[in-house]
Amino acid sequence: MSGKGIHIEGLKKRYGEGDTAVHALRGVDMQVAPGEVVGLIGPSGSGKSTLLKCLGAVIDPTAGRMVLGDEVIFDNGWKVRDLRALRRDKIGFVFQAPYLIPFLDVTDNVALLPMLAGIPNSKARAKALELLTALDVQHRARAMPSQLSGGEQQRVAIARGLVNRPPVILADEPTAPLDSERAMAVIRILNDMASQFETAIIVVTHDEKIIPTFKRIYHIRDGVAHEEVGEGRGFE
Amino acid sequence: MISLAGRDILHSWGKFVFTGVGLGLLIGVTLSMAGIYRGMVDDAQVMLDNTGADLWVVQQGTQGPYAESSSLYDDLYRSLLNMPEVEYAANITYLIMQVGHGDQDVSAMVVGVTAGKPGTPGQPRYLVAGRHITRSHYEAIADISSGFQLGERIRIRRNFYTVVGLSKRTVSYNGDPMVFIPLKDAQEAQFLKDNDALVQQRRRNAENPDFNRPGIPDLLAVVNASQSTNTYVNAVLVKLKPGTLPEDAAETIRRWTRLQVYTRAQMESILMDKVIDKSARQIALFLVILSIVSAAIVAFIIYTLTLGKIREIAVLKLIGTRNRTIAGMIMQQSLALGTIGFVVGKITATFWVPIFPKYVLLEPLDSVAGFFAVLAICALASLVAIRMALKVDPADAIGG
Repeated sequence: MSGKGIHIEGLKKRYGEGDTAVHALRGVDMQVAPGEVVGLIGPSGSGKSTLLKCLGAVIDPTAGRMVLGDEVIFDNGWKVRDLRALRRDKIGFVFQAPYLIPFLDVTDNVALLPMLAGIPNSKARAKALELLTALDVQHRARAMPSQLSGGEQQRVAIARGLVNRPPVILADEPTAPLDSERAMAVIRILNDMASQFETAIIVVTHDEKIIPTFKRIYHIRDGVAHEEVGEGRGFE
Repeated sequence: MISLAGRDILHSWGKFVFTGVGLGLLIGVTLSMAGIYRGMVDDAQVMLDNTGADLWVVQQGTQGPYAESSSLYDDLYRSLLNMPEVEYAANITYLIMQVGHGDQDVSAMVVGVTAGKPGTPGQPRYLVAGRHITRSHYEAIADISSGFQLGERIRIRRNFYTVVGLSKRTVSYNGDPMVFIPLKDAQEAQFLKDNDALVQQRRRNAENPDFNRPGIPDLLAVVNASQSTNTYVNAVLVKLKPGTLPEDAAETIRRWTRLQVYTRAQMESILMDKVIDKSARQIALFLVILSIVSAAIVAFIIYTLTLGKIREIAVLKLIGTRNRTIAGMIMQQSLALGTIGFVVGKITATFWVPIFPKYVLLEPLDSVAGFFAVLAICALASLVAIRMALKVDPADAIGG
């Protein structure tokens, strides 16, 4: 775990070449401190998903600089060689739908990441159980994903994102399928986890209910991120 | 690390088992086809083994008695017996015919053997019930696959024979049961005419001035008698004295008798290359087609199963799962499916083989080879699904 959060400078992403080129990101600057949860909002096609994919090391930016935790992962064409290990160890993902592995029980869904990192099964499961307890779903530890409610599934997904104690968590519309109460509960959990584990969290959302909860918001328009001060309601 | 393939199989075991059973039935058919091929070859070999002969002496210029017809005088065996290399020599005739059994006919190979001399070439080597033929006429030994029972009367042409013994695995090269009868009866059966035909033949002879000469009154009777008897056999089976090389003895017999002589190896080659060759190749081709169909079905099943997990695979790749872990998961599932299929196929083949009308030989080594072939086919078939899985973009897990 690192204390440097996310640092992005002049991040650009262009799809295609010449006249048909699409400039999805036109120089995004962004900083998220450890323990901070920021919102990333913007209309469809503004570049949110592209930014998230760049941060998630699944597509390469065209230019700019990205630092996750204490590691430079992209610097104007140079990039970390093992992106798979980077994603496994440095980045936690929470998706719009939980996308739990249907044939693994709750514990193993969470323990899979440390197992992939080479941690023995028993230790990985102990880590998973610890997080499930923190997220109050330890009583469903042996259940299969199909036996969980939507809220429980999302909490398990958050546990999976946190289990390797990554310095960064990227949450892609994590509250979209949830009602207000559960959506707020998820945001509360993300805030708690951010402060507890010193994790920098970016939440991409369209959800009007949760936008007021962010203290800082990056609003993307036409591939450029504009920082706005949020209300931070409910998590003062 | 936990086994992702194992967990997936356990999670959806019903789907896997049912798919495996379906595949297993196909594998069972494939194994049975291999067994039919083996059975056909074994039938041919066992027919040669059962003769107990080292050499087959047949009509010159023919490949008899199985691949072509062959005719020899029935006293020829005596001159063969006088040769120093020869221990036994026995006449034999083969007739493929319908043997009457009650109201039904049984397709059989009727073998004329020298009666009263068990142990001579051509005789059934052992009996499972009853006794050998001891009388010169109207006794028979039948293979148990004919369905005949001891003491039953069977009809060959217009004569009835009593079944006095039962043998086992005495079949022709095409799997028909053998029925052994005394040589004289077999010779008669081979050329036996019905009464109307005999009357007609005698009338024609009587009207023929060459046969019915007033100056030679007995000539007509002699001609009629010669046309009513058969002094031919199809082959003479020769058993050599211990230590004699079959090739050398065959050469000696060829030189002195001016007949065609085949050794066991040559006779086996004639059967395999000429008599059952097309049937065997037909089955072999069918076997290849079945293997290709099995491979295509496994590929399709694994591809479909993988297609249903695209999102999970994208998530797994996004969270840092190695490509080889994902490829391993798909291949293990394919191999597991193949193993389930093989076990089901082997069991079903073992159960349904006895109801086949012809002999089906499931060789243990064929099963082992079949198992590895199934695994190889499954591994190969999984490559299509693996290729698709490796192409899945981890970005697909992120919306937008």
